[in-house]
Amino acid sequence: MTRVTAAPEATDPGAAVTRGGAHTSRVTRRRRGGKRRQRLEILLFVTPALALMAIFVLYPVFSATRMSLYSWKGFGPMDDFVGLDNYLRVLSDDVFTDAVMHNFIIVFASIAVQLPLGLALALLLNRRIKGRGVLRTIVFVPYVLAEVIAGVVWFQLLQPRTGLLERMLSSVGIPVPEQGFLGTPDLALATVFVVLTWKYLGLAVLLFLAGLQGVPDELHEAAQLDGASWWQVQRRIAVPLIAPTIRTWIFLSMIGSLQLFDMVWILTGGGPANATTTMVTYLISMGTQRSNYGIAGAASVVLFLIGFAMAVAYQALVLRRDTKADA
Amino acid sequence: MARRPTRYGQGGPFVYLVALLVVAVTLGPVLYGALGGFRTNAQLARDPAGLPDPWVFSNYTNVLSSPAFWQYTLNSTAIALITTVVAVLAGVMAAYPLARYQFKLREPLFLVFVLGLLFPAAVAIIPLFILVTQDLALANTWWGVALPQAAFALPVTVVILRPFLAALPKELEEAAMLDGATRVGIFWRIALPLSMPALVTVGVLAFVTSWNAYLLPLLLLRGDTRTLPLGVADFSTQYSADTAGVLAFTTIAMIPALVLFLAMQGRIVSGLQGAVKG
Repeated sequence: MTRVTAAPEATDPGAAVTRGGAHTSRVTRRRRGGKRRQRLEILLFVTPALALMAIFVLYPVFSATRMSLYSWKGFGPMDDFVGLDNYLRVLSDDVFTDAVMHNFIIVFASIAVQLPLGLALALLLNRRIKGRGVLRTIVFVPYVLAEVIAGVVWFQLLQPRTGLLERMLSSVGIPVPEQGFLGTPDLALATVFVVLTWKYLGLAVLLFLAGLQGVPDELHEAAQLDGASWWQVQRRIAVPLIAPTIRTWIFLSMIGSLQLFDMVWILTGGGPANATTTMVTYLISMGTQRSNYGIAGAASVVLFLIGFAMAVAYQALVLRRDTKADA
Repeated sequence: MARRPTRYGQGGPFVYLVALLVVAVTLGPVLYGALGGFRTNAQLARDPAGLPDPWVFSNYTNVLSSPAFWQYTLNSTAIALITTVVAVLAGVMAAYPLARYQFKLREPLFLVFVLGLLFPAAVAIIPLFILVTQDLALANTWWGVALPQAAFALPVTVVILRPFLAALPKELEEAAMLDGATRVGIFWRIALPLSMPALVTVGVLAFVTSWNAYLLPLLLLRGDTRTLPLGVADFSTQYSADTAGVLAFTTIAMIPALVLFLAMQGRIVSGLQGAVKG
């Protein structure tokens, strides 16, 4: 998920131009005459990166798009052109539309639950308490673990009957579902979300804390002298000041939620009864287990388009404000 | 001078209570795994919450004496190292002209990398699988996983490194030029050493991402070339009845990432924050 991090700022061409602009004139002056040489140098520098991107990112994405237009089972020539047929099949497949729905539920649940929770914890950990540094490290520990490895531990914790969690809940009299939390269709997605929250809350806390560090102490003190309570200061000063960080976190969280795979694959494999399928688990099982490459390709393209549309819309509607404010 | 002591901004009992709760919830599953590894399965079934009694070490020694575990660890390390070196080297090379040269295609070129941020590996995963296994014949090799991972790590690397390189003082470069250094020489002897802190940051990010990766290795690696996360997942399905063994394996697999994180904490954190702030 770190891969997407800088997208909002970086896509702003204005910022990039100002960054390089300062030494433009000097460089051009020096460079007159060595144009060809310079071109060679640039080529030398960017070729490895461009080659890697072309071979392992752009070509496969192009290839997925092409694949989506054919009915291909993974062997023989790809010659059975079916046009948009795969797209129609994907979009009319309840499993896929449910998967899209699950992704969106995770997107919205993350914002509705993890944002206030992360913010509250960040505000709390920003207070002058003992062991603050250690606390910050601890909160970040789950984020560092591989999703698969965290998932395996949670899978054990959540085992029906024998798992520690069910034992603890039943020992205090809370009823637990017969099939376990992951085995009950109505609860499985919510359970996956709880585990994801455990895993990713630390990132939110950390980012918000970093933003809060940038809020000058003087503001707090001035507001306090004016008789503002701690809570008023947070609500009126601290939180609005870190709004850009919050908006960036929301962006990261949205993109991450759309790409959800590892945790689901380990905890439920998309089940029970497709209750936790996501777009990626769908396309992986279509591609690798059923060798239905056309369908997998179409699902990939739909996933990309949804992510792209969300990124563009969020950039245009929300993040734009931040880049403007900087200028 | 110390601040005037004031109650403002300090934590009361409530704050400490919440902090304690957070610690318990955060570390609970990790500790459960670690302690579970010290139990027998019978102990786990009887009393999963208490301390192991008696402490059993065989689960851990079994994992540590298993050749498969060391093979997984070796594969993970090698793949993560190759990924890191390729991503950082190609990334800093690409970021350099994008930061310090003035040319017409500069912004469009940068846009290629920025757009790369928007392609999740999952979108390209099936063709990537076909490309690596059939066209490049790199199935079940370290390079077969490391190269695509490096490619997908490149966008964020370039995006983090470019502003950093752009901010290096021009005077050093100009002085070197007057002394007759070439652009490539300047890159090697001035830009590269000066950008070491940023290189370490993107390197750690690439390493941890590769170390933790699941989807790409899952599709590309079989048998002896599988990585630690795949090993953990396999072990947990294969020996699902042996909960204590699974917990021991999982706990050991957690250690490298945790140690790396603790050692590089400042760098990882500032890298993430830098990336978010742009």
